[in-house]
Amino acid sequence: MNQTSSEAIKELLYKMADDLLIIGHRNSEWTGLGPILEEDISFSSMAQDKIGQAQALYQLLNDLGEQEPDTVAFTRNANQFHNAQLVELPNGEYDFSLVRHFLYDHADQLRFEALANSSYEPLAKVARKVKGELKYHVFHANTWMVKLGSANEESHNRMQAAFNEAWNYALGMFEKSSFEDQLIAEGVFEGEETLQEKWLANITPYLIKAGIEIPASTSWNPVFGGRIGNHTANLSPLVEEMSEVFRFDPTAEW
Amino acid sequence: MIKSLDPRVTRAQIEENNTITPLKDLDQWETYEVFHQKKRGDQHMHVGIVHAPNAEMAFLFGKEQYGRRGFSVNIWVVKTRDVFASEYDDSDIFDTVPEKQYREAGGYKVMEKINKYKKGV
Repeated sequence: MNQTSSEAIKELLYKMADDLLIIGHRNSEWTGLGPILEEDISFSSMAQDKIGQAQALYQLLNDLGEQEPDTVAFTRNANQFHNAQLVELPNGEYDFSLVRHFLYDHADQLRFEALANSSYEPLAKVARKVKGELKYHVFHANTWMVKLGSANEESHNRMQAAFNEAWNYALGMFEKSSFEDQLIAEGVFEGEETLQEKWLANITPYLIKAGIEIPASTSWNPVFGGRIGNHTANLSPLVEEMSEVFRFDPTAEW
Repeated sequence: MIKSLDPRVTRAQIEENNTITPLKDLDQWETYEVFHQKKRGDQHMHVGIVHAPNAEMAFLFGKEQYGRRGFSVNIWVVKTRDVFASEYDDSDIFDTVPEKQYREAGGYKVMEKINKYKKGV
């Protein structure tokens, strides 16, 4: 692997790992406050999966010469994170959290699916390992989306409103990297544009079943910037809370 | 608003004098019995109960409640009300007398016969 290629892969790993860590932390904020016990446990368990997946990717970064996973996760400032803004938004009501879960997890599953065939073997290995977890996460998201989108007027309106709110942020997940062409040419990753097309094709049938409408494409206005460290005011307090113990005592055993 | 050491509680902005109204019976989801299978070919074993509005959700919850430690290959969910159960008052129907041991598999000394046969071969 040459020098440029390593930078390109690091950038890809950082954005994926940061997405997972931040959404994992956000979703874990529901622990103990979920709508019913069974869902609380399921959502928390998936949040843990996400943090585990983030850790696996931070480990790959560590193997490429970056700092230890814990150091990377807990000592950076908000503007050093590469997550899409979608995942840092506050949880809001459960409708918004479920909609975000649906939009993010479909993209995440497709991203890992594509990477299972990546020319960068360590990443391909991780991608193959998390396949089952992602399958369940997406199944969970689809079930809730279809159920609440079509249950009654209140649930439908709530899901549609949450969807409209999340949509442009969701499009922001596909912000292109400056290494895009190189990653595609070297067979590391298929690229954000292809990913977004697949994502749209995958979510559409479930949205039809749920009776949820995608905003007209003329009004699409992707919220970019997250990948290069531009974030909403919501990320900083999250990072502070998440890293409180580590900053207080970096040697603390968990 | 309740201020708590747990930031999530503070964030939820719960009123101090918040009175909780319990759900009426009909507002609760019904229960499903969850069975899991440890490996293909094994019998499904009962592992617990989940509340769910339909079978698909029951599976969704059953998987995480009882399968998340990674010991299942398959899960069944069955509506609790579809299970026909005996009455505890009738539990004496299972009583048996010691003289009937010949009806139980343990009553046969099969291994002796098997060993004898093996030696013969």
